[in-house]
Amino acid sequence: MLDLSVKNLHVFRGERHLFRGLAFAVPAQRCLQVTGANGAGKTTLLRVLAGLLEPESLELRWRDRELSPRDAEYHGELSYLGHDAALKADLTGIENIRFSVGLRRALEPEALRVAIARVAAQKFADRLVRTLSAGQRRRIALASLLLSDTRLWLLDEPSTNLDTAGQALIGELIAAQLARGGTVIAATHQDLGLAAGARIALELGSSA
Amino acid sequence: MTPPRLVRTGVLAAALKVLERDLRLAIRRPGQLLQPLVFFAVVTLLFPLGYTPELDKLRAIAPGVLWVGALLASMLALESLFREDAADGSLEQFLICGQPLVGLVAAKTLAHWLLTGLPLTLMAPLLGIALGVPVGAMPGILSSLALGSVTLSLIGAVGAGLTLGVRRGGVLLSLLTLPLAVPVLIFGARATELAIAGESLTGPLYLLASLGVLGATLAPLAAAAAVRIGLE
Repeated sequence: MLDLSVKNLHVFRGERHLFRGLAFAVPAQRCLQVTGANGAGKTTLLRVLAGLLEPESLELRWRDRELSPRDAEYHGELSYLGHDAALKADLTGIENIRFSVGLRRALEPEALRVAIARVAAQKFADRLVRTLSAGQRRRIALASLLLSDTRLWLLDEPSTNLDTAGQALIGELIAAQLARGGTVIAATHQDLGLAAGARIALELGSSA
Repeated sequence: MTPPRLVRTGVLAAALKVLERDLRLAIRRPGQLLQPLVFFAVVTLLFPLGYTPELDKLRAIAPGVLWVGALLASMLALESLFREDAADGSLEQFLICGQPLVGLVAAKTLAHWLLTGLPLTLMAPLLGIALGVPVGAMPGILSSLALGSVTLSLIGAVGAGLTLGVRRGGVLLSLLTLPLAVPVLIFGARATELAIAGESLTGPLYLLASLGVLGATLAPLAAAAAVRIGLE
């Protein structure tokens, strides 16, 4: 079954016709890895799919339903992790997680503890985010992503600022998300270390 | 393995989360909270110094001074209403969290009122004393400012949403918002004037209340639409 399919995607950025009829499909339990030179439109593509950017035209199908990327139900099933991790500097890591997850679903303390341990953030999760390093902030954002329990992950350069262990963690988290039936679209040049069948590649800028 | 069934957060619960977060953030940064209040106090207290220390003359201009001071002070805090959330990506998450943006924007507006409109209202009687306002007028001043400041926050939220995409939108925000705030200013100052004179102020109070109801029904919708446009 196809989880997500995109057809006839046209996007203009200023005068530039960035995507000319881009089309691709992602079956369930697969990770679409988007690559391309700087400016090829990796972030733009993810933002369009998240409904944050209005495309010129787009035929989007999500789980056999034709819908707009601004559909509330679709939004309820997706998580977008962008360059800004949407963390408040004056809240602690845990407070940030509680808030961003709480917007979507009820959060049990046990699940919170497990997720924080999963991203190895036990030591700093209760500190104010302003005192955390960029990599530590990323890990807090990843904990929110895990707890949101959404089916579709849109990840924009997820491994930015992460150390070697953190980059490996990204691969593991994506693999786990696929294993539990989810779908991932990640814009990254990093080797995610996924099983051969799980990864689909999309290189932007090659056809345009 | 299938994903476990989600316990979805309702709109109201999500809005409460936003409210709680904004209040918590404000308490962590009390400096920002105090700015509009100090501004209101300083502007109001400049009049006895700059105009005249005679209480009779001050009493005559007190309604205008209090209302213009409160209006400008509440505007001061408006610019940061959505700007920080836009800068750190929080607003984008609001857009895609599957909750109606209107509810979240309304919660932010309510937080703004609780953090500026309400304290300004509570401070006004104190400043009124410096302007020679009789104690009997205090309930009238409190009720009119409480009603009026709600509308000011609501109007301000629309302006703050519209100027989101503008760098240094502070002046533009004032230009957009002040004309819309004129009815509030007129009825509010009139109510205060009547309160000082010891007359019944139900007329202007009803008008202020109806402006508040109109604002509460329309402004969150307009502000949510403005935020959507501002983020593009």
